[in-house]
Amino acid sequence: MGDAGARPHGGPQESTAATAEESAEESAEESAQQRMHDGSHDGSRLVMPAPDAAVLARRDQIVADLARLVGADSVIAHERAMRPYESDALTAHRQLPLVVVLPATTDEVAAVLKYCHDNAIRVVPRGAGTSLSGGALPLADAVLLGMAKFTRIREIDTANRCAVVEPGVTNLGITKAVEHLGFYYAPDPSSQIACTIGGNVAENSGGVHCLKYGLTTNNVLGVELALITGEIVRLGGKHLDAGGLDLLSVIIGSEGLLGVVTEVTVRLLKKPDTARAVLVGFPTSESAGDCVAQIIAAGIIPAGIEMMDKDAIAAAEAFVNVGYPLDVEALLIIELDGPEAECAHLLDAVTAHAQACGATTLRVSQSEEERLGFWAGRKAAFPAVGRISPDYLCMDGTIPRRQLPFVLARMRELSHRHGLRVANVFHAGDGNLHPLIRYDANAPGELEAAEAFGADILRLCVEVGGVLTGEHGVGIEKRDLMPEMFDAVDLAQQLRLKCAFDDQNLLNPGKVFPTLHRCAEMGRMHVSGGALPFPDLPRF
Amino acid sequence: MQTHFSPAQLLDPRLAEVDRILRACVHCGFCTATCPTYVLKGDERDSPRGRIYLIKDMLENGRPATAEEVGPIDRCLSCLSCTSTCPSGVDYMHLVDHARAHIEETYARPRSERLVRALIARVLPYPRRFRLALKAAALGRPFAGLLERAGLAPLAAMLRLAPHKVPPAARDGGVHAPAGPRKARVALLAGCAQQVLQPAIDAAAIRLLNRMGVEVVRVAGQGCCGALPHHMGRSEEARAFARANVRAFETAGPLDALLVTASGCGTTLKDYGHMLAGDPTFAGRAAALAGKVRDITEFLAAQDLPAAHGPGGRVAYHSACSLQHGQKVKSPPVALLRQAGFEVVEPFDPHLCCGSAGTYNMLQSELADALKTRKVDTLEALRPQMIAAGNIGCLTQIASGTALPVVHTVELLDWATGGPRPGALAEAAA
Repeated sequence: MGDAGARPHGGPQESTAATAEESAEESAEESAQQRMHDGSHDGSRLVMPAPDAAVLARRDQIVADLARLVGADSVIAHERAMRPYESDALTAHRQLPLVVVLPATTDEVAAVLKYCHDNAIRVVPRGAGTSLSGGALPLADAVLLGMAKFTRIREIDTANRCAVVEPGVTNLGITKAVEHLGFYYAPDPSSQIACTIGGNVAENSGGVHCLKYGLTTNNVLGVELALITGEIVRLGGKHLDAGGLDLLSVIIGSEGLLGVVTEVTVRLLKKPDTARAVLVGFPTSESAGDCVAQIIAAGIIPAGIEMMDKDAIAAAEAFVNVGYPLDVEALLIIELDGPEAECAHLLDAVTAHAQACGATTLRVSQSEEERLGFWAGRKAAFPAVGRISPDYLCMDGTIPRRQLPFVLARMRELSHRHGLRVANVFHAGDGNLHPLIRYDANAPGELEAAEAFGADILRLCVEVGGVLTGEHGVGIEKRDLMPEMFDAVDLAQQLRLKCAFDDQNLLNPGKVFPTLHRCAEMGRMHVSGGALPFPDLPRF
Repeated sequence: MQTHFSPAQLLDPRLAEVDRILRACVHCGFCTATCPTYVLKGDERDSPRGRIYLIKDMLENGRPATAEEVGPIDRCLSCLSCTSTCPSGVDYMHLVDHARAHIEETYARPRSERLVRALIARVLPYPRRFRLALKAAALGRPFAGLLERAGLAPLAAMLRLAPHKVPPAARDGGVHAPAGPRKARVALLAGCAQQVLQPAIDAAAIRLLNRMGVEVVRVAGQGCCGALPHHMGRSEEARAFARANVRAFETAGPLDALLVTASGCGTTLKDYGHMLAGDPTFAGRAAALAGKVRDITEFLAAQDLPAAHGPGGRVAYHSACSLQHGQKVKSPPVALLRQAGFEVVEPFDPHLCCGSAGTYNMLQSELADALKTRKVDTLEALRPQMIAAGNIGCLTQIASGTALPVVHTVELLDWATGGPRPGALAEAAA
């Protein structure tokens, strides 16, 4: 175990001290921030931390120093050359970084972080840049730390059913490296061909098979982490529980705010004996939703249950040509896996539920190639929507499953009100919705309308008892909606955790938390009835 | 993706097409993972998404190309792996074509680069000049190291790739009629570099087609398909080759297909309609010819292959990028080889380029060598008796990195159905 828990700021004794009063400070704090300033965000209301003028003034020196640390070839400072790094997959928001650094070793990462820490320079970590929540959006005064050179598989340990990989290895790359041994890595985000395991750890990514096999957090056993101070710590390992506080779970899903992952130990699973996927078409989304509810209520946990609506089906079919039915309103892809007998039994049960719910088409995969084909369309569904719309915003709310028909009906109303179409793709089994709001960024006003529509959808998710994000992370996309879900006390507690790792707020600032607070402010005491809580505890 | 072309810019049909292509991109980044240069370098600039961004910025601002764009775009192999991966249907092929043409028009390359590119453009597409150059290269090979040190790495790479002996030119003009009844009539592209480097490939193709009752025509006046200058941004030279070929194949009489045994050329020929779309006298004729173009394995898969007498053997099949990505022809070559009695195995990461990519292995020899090593390692790991591919560039590139015999798919099909043992196999056996 490393020393991540032993850092001196924001001790647990003060964990009850933050109060709602802090929200009064927010407007003042906000005036110190500023809109993204290169004009490329046309109309978006996103406010990012104001650049530090002192850092901007020292840019040439910083570039030279970084080149000394990692080599000039790994530093990109020319404005035009940095342009491809100005956004991730959320292109609605763009910003050139101060400089791009592409380290190739853990030592280089540590050296860059230590340098930035010592010189109070902000750092934005970046994996493959496939984030749909803007997690890797640069800041004008921040070093963009790209981890794409970390592409080695360090160890495959089938006896311990794990693999040790560098963070820049793609999600699918892990499975490809071990499949000849009969193993695979279970979480499979739709972008798995390109997204990296380091980014998966940062976002706690899910995927179509997470219903049965869990999210990233259930499949990562350990990480090596570079702290902003340049210290390297290890959390977890090849074993299931590391003892002590579960800091690994704190890191997974921390969106680059706590440290930079430099190595990941993932759990490998034995490939199931049999896997069959079935395509089931329904005349209405409601009947498809009912079918999902029935299957789950019957105690069946399929490997995945995915749902697409008519627009999404058409777009995906245009790319993969696997024969998705084009005349249905909703399509379920249900996968069953396990021993052959179990698979066959479950297939019968699922078929019965589908027919009871009014399914109009049903097709079971007859070969591994066909099964993969069924999934290929689903996994490419987001970008395939690029065929029917120049731009889209991909939302990521999660709702209790039984609310699905209600939420879909409300979403149709919202679509009319905002004047924008929406294609629906979602992990129906676990209630994780991915409405794709279609818009045209070249048409004035459409981005704002799309963002307003998206915010309404996420408010709706929270209203019915769901949450803002299932797997894409908060980033900047859902940042300003965080107060819809968390009150000021909740947010302050989360910020305290951030301060324990990064007391100067240098790592990925402006993401996740709607307002910035200096960590020192976290030390303010809540005085109740004229008395400090726990007056016997020492203060600093 | 949002674009920023002015209404005036969009009146230019080239920029209008660029705008249309860019707007299909949603910046998802799926393409990065299957791009050979991104896999090697881990730098967004060397990924399709990064290049799209650089091209967008350069063309939107209407400014001359600079080293910041030229480097990454020169390093693009045009393998089109990204277009196989892209769910949004971004037409990267034509986008990078526009960018290359813009670079050629607006960027002043250093003298040594200009020299090398002009040399390639004036020699390789012309079989007679190329044959002479290869003979000279045999004498020049000892000086490769010297050229490298003199900053002329591409010339050194050319010398190293040149074969040790140049086969005599094939005299195969005219009509090759089948012995029995004629089932179909096709033209066979002679191309440029392949007929000099390995005339045995088309000889095998003609034997095989004749054996199947297919009449093969070799028309006079045909030349390079235009791919070579096209990929260097020399659009006008490429169009001149295309026009000459349209005229030449129009003299062939009625054809069921125009067959190609070098898939790199096939990809370009199939695009003639687009290349000459702006030329009113040629647009329709070019599109008609392009509609007849088939890779030889596409055509063979639709015919009855003669019974194989089964020399057999374990074949590692390398899918040329121009076949699998450029033309989306993936399964026919494998199916045909299996039908002819071979055991076919495919390497890890079959979508990655071998580094040949036309003139890439001369102009970007460092990256090309890294890709070659990677490809040869994955092919040799299959423990095959031979390696097969359907493109002369790949054959030359892979053969320069392995001791295994490397043969064209049609040479194996010809051999299995009654033809002679392919030269590379005979040499390996000797």
